[in-house]
Amino acid sequence: MDIASYRPVDCDVHIMPPSDMRFLLPYFDAYWHDHMTSRGAEKLALTLTSYPPNAPMTCRADWRAAGPLDVKALGRDALDPYNTRFAICHTLHSAQILYSEDMAAAVCRAMNDWISREYLDKDARLRAAIVVPAQSPELAAEEIERMAADRRFVEVQLLTLNEMPLGRRFYWPIYAAAEKHGLPIGIHAGSTYRHAPTPIGWPSHAVEDYIALSHSFQSQLLNIITEGVFQKFPTLKIVLVEAGFTWLPSFLWRADKGWRGLRRETPWLKESPARIIRDHVRFTLQPANAPPDPAMLERVIEQIDCDDVLLFSSDYPHWHYEANEVIPEGFPKQLLQKLLIDNPLATFTRLADARTQVPEMAQ
Amino acid sequence: MSIDTAPRMTKEAKTQLGIVDCDIHPMSKTGGEITRFMPQRWREHAAVFGSNIRQGYAGSQPYPRMSPGTARADAWPPGGGPPASDLPFMQAQHLNPNNVDYGILHPLRLGPYDQRNQEFGAAMASAINDWQLEDWIGRDKRLRGSIVVTPDWPEAAVAEIERRAGQAGFVQISWGPQAMEPGGRRRYWPVLEAVAASGLPVGLHIGGQPGRAPTSGGWPSYYFEHHFHTMPAMQSLVTSMIFEGVLERLPALRFVLVESGFGWVPSLAWRMDQHWHRMRAEVPEVKRPPSEYLREHFWFTTQPIEEPEQPQHLRDIIDWIGWDRLLFSSDYPHWDFDDPAYAFKISLSPEEKHRIFRGNASAFYGLD
Amino acid sequence: MSRHVVAHTDDIPEGGARQVEVKGRRIGVFKVNGEFFALLDKCPHEGASLCRGRLVGLAESDMPGEYSLSREGEMLRCPWHGWEFDIRSGQSYCDPANTKVKQFAVTVEDGATLAKGPYVAETFPVSIEQNYVVVEV
Repeated sequence: MDIASYRPVDCDVHIMPPSDMRFLLPYFDAYWHDHMTSRGAEKLALTLTSYPPNAPMTCRADWRAAGPLDVKALGRDALDPYNTRFAICHTLHSAQILYSEDMAAAVCRAMNDWISREYLDKDARLRAAIVVPAQSPELAAEEIERMAADRRFVEVQLLTLNEMPLGRRFYWPIYAAAEKHGLPIGIHAGSTYRHAPTPIGWPSHAVEDYIALSHSFQSQLLNIITEGVFQKFPTLKIVLVEAGFTWLPSFLWRADKGWRGLRRETPWLKESPARIIRDHVRFTLQPANAPPDPAMLERVIEQIDCDDVLLFSSDYPHWHYEANEVIPEGFPKQLLQKLLIDNPLATFTRLADARTQVPEMAQ
Repeated sequence: MSIDTAPRMTKEAKTQLGIVDCDIHPMSKTGGEITRFMPQRWREHAAVFGSNIRQGYAGSQPYPRMSPGTARADAWPPGGGPPASDLPFMQAQHLNPNNVDYGILHPLRLGPYDQRNQEFGAAMASAINDWQLEDWIGRDKRLRGSIVVTPDWPEAAVAEIERRAGQAGFVQISWGPQAMEPGGRRRYWPVLEAVAASGLPVGLHIGGQPGRAPTSGGWPSYYFEHHFHTMPAMQSLVTSMIFEGVLERLPALRFVLVESGFGWVPSLAWRMDQHWHRMRAEVPEVKRPPSEYLREHFWFTTQPIEEPEQPQHLRDIIDWIGWDRLLFSSDYPHWDFDDPAYAFKISLSPEEKHRIFRGNASAFYGLD
Repeated sequence: MSRHVVAHTDDIPEGGARQVEVKGRRIGVFKVNGEFFALLDKCPHEGASLCRGRLVGLAESDMPGEYSLSREGEMLRCPWHGWEFDIRSGQSYCDPANTKVKQFAVTVEDGATLAKGPYVAETFPVSIEQNYVVVEV
């Protein structure tokens, strides 16, 4: 399916930072520069358990073969093929996993400055999520305040799995800061590994951890709903990034079924969870986890019964599809405009910001 | 016209079909009902030290339920005792009027596989199995039992399986998904081997208190969430059984997942397949797409039934899972009970009705 | 439609219910703060007997962490799945537009009035000294 004519918005591409922190040294203040180097911490191999660097899914073979996964590769391999007008970058790095709140905050600050300099400055099509230390919601809110002034940052990035379920009031300073600046929260697939990756313990394999993320997202979403995050922050939007979406219909039904009988436990839920989700929550496209039969995918989308929730994404460079087959077969053509442009622009309102518009691309 | 102040015990059966109810929870009126089957040493231990599980409360759930006893408000026997502790009342309220020809018992009380004192847990499991035979299966020919075992002490679980597998009245082996490790891991292989050797299926009923948060993201606040967590737990369990290659090693294994719904099954199948395809070098023991193992080895009870906004979407889900994979269950006496006459909001053909309410379970458990 | 005497006013405890059968239909008669309400005794969800449910207050909240209770005893919670119905309107709380329990008009009549007829009261002995609950079915 040729989508280049739409000039889509890609709501999930990955900046792939080096796995240690030497690249961040220029971005630390004097204190943290001295601290990190005196500990040798900048040389720590901080590869993420969630995404083993050489695992097939972490990077598609042809993109890996093409050379370093830098800003040029991102532009060439993720954006050029689809004539993408904007791509929202997520950066998964150890910063969000560190136990020390202050160190985590320092690394996040350095990371956001690096993203700004090495990516956003170098390709005008790129936008980014602010990487924040959820370990300390106060420090995370400070970082949101600091970075919000740069309107190329269009989202706040959290990982799926943290110390507590993300709807808990503990995390509300993050949502307050994000809502204030009109920034959606992007909960991105991944874990801080404070808990086992599944409710039943630690599986043996990375692929099991990854599969478990979709139902981990479900537990998170239910917590966010039941804690009343959207009652407290009525203009907040949350994006579930790289979570899959074909599980959504049965989740909506199950959440509503529970609400009808258990509403009294959380009486601030005046509307059904399904209604709240359709109003406030969005889902990126890849990995699509599509059924084998294209007609079944159409049916799932009918069951979702809301044209506003899906956001186009490639999830570059994760390997979920071949060649340029980023749109799964069976995806209704009449929804492409919404998927590729309207829904992303409605969700990430900063993208329409005149000050950061991409000049018409010369052919 | 008449005044009727007693609860109506009889009801017009909507169907003459004798059904199989794959999830009934018998309760004991007192702890002594169960401990009477224990050796003296453990009877005394139960009386003095009691239950010792991995949570703050010894006898209660830290997520209080929204109804007493987790039960339907009308299930408290007039003669006293907790819901489902009185067989005549269960017969009058549920088994008879709902045409239950076979009722599969899942005793949940006391959580033997959760006991930190493993010997006590094993003794408790064995006592519960004796209790099922004596107080339930022996008193109503329609009832069938589940051999409760403690898989985190594999030797004891194997011994209990070997002791019980030949005993008439038991149709499956049972434990909860919430064990120390995901259920497909090697430490449980001796138990799974004993299960395979027995020829019996495994009934994995939700539950267990392993000392972990019920979600992978930490401890939720509300019972609403705790009630939901059973679904991610079961999805992880299915994934583990498949991806550990257990089903390649032991192709005779059959599982029924009890009380965890089924709406999630198709999307899990699609997700497992997509990511297995990419990462299969990590799991060479998984020789075929995961959805094939799912299709061949797993069945699902219907309660708590899915309630799509548009009822006809339920038909899609069942089409995608297979009409031969669902086994009706009521979950009597719990509050989220499904009434066999009213649970399905789509009309079922006679053949579909027969499969779900009887035929599939009859074939699965070898009942008829 | 006809009117049926179903109980003495004293037969039903405050905050309680009595299940009656009229013209082959199971009806729950509830007494809330001295008023009487009659609903079809069958939850629209899965058919549970609503008489066995619990009358509770209306729990509401405008913001997480805030809780308010009003209309004490006027919400009927189904004994099975906990669906809440407004005893005054029969409407479900979560889906008032589409889900409700059928209501029946109910009045309290004194024995002297009833003795004059026309009430279908053949099997219900009426004393002119007492008050009775009358349901229209």
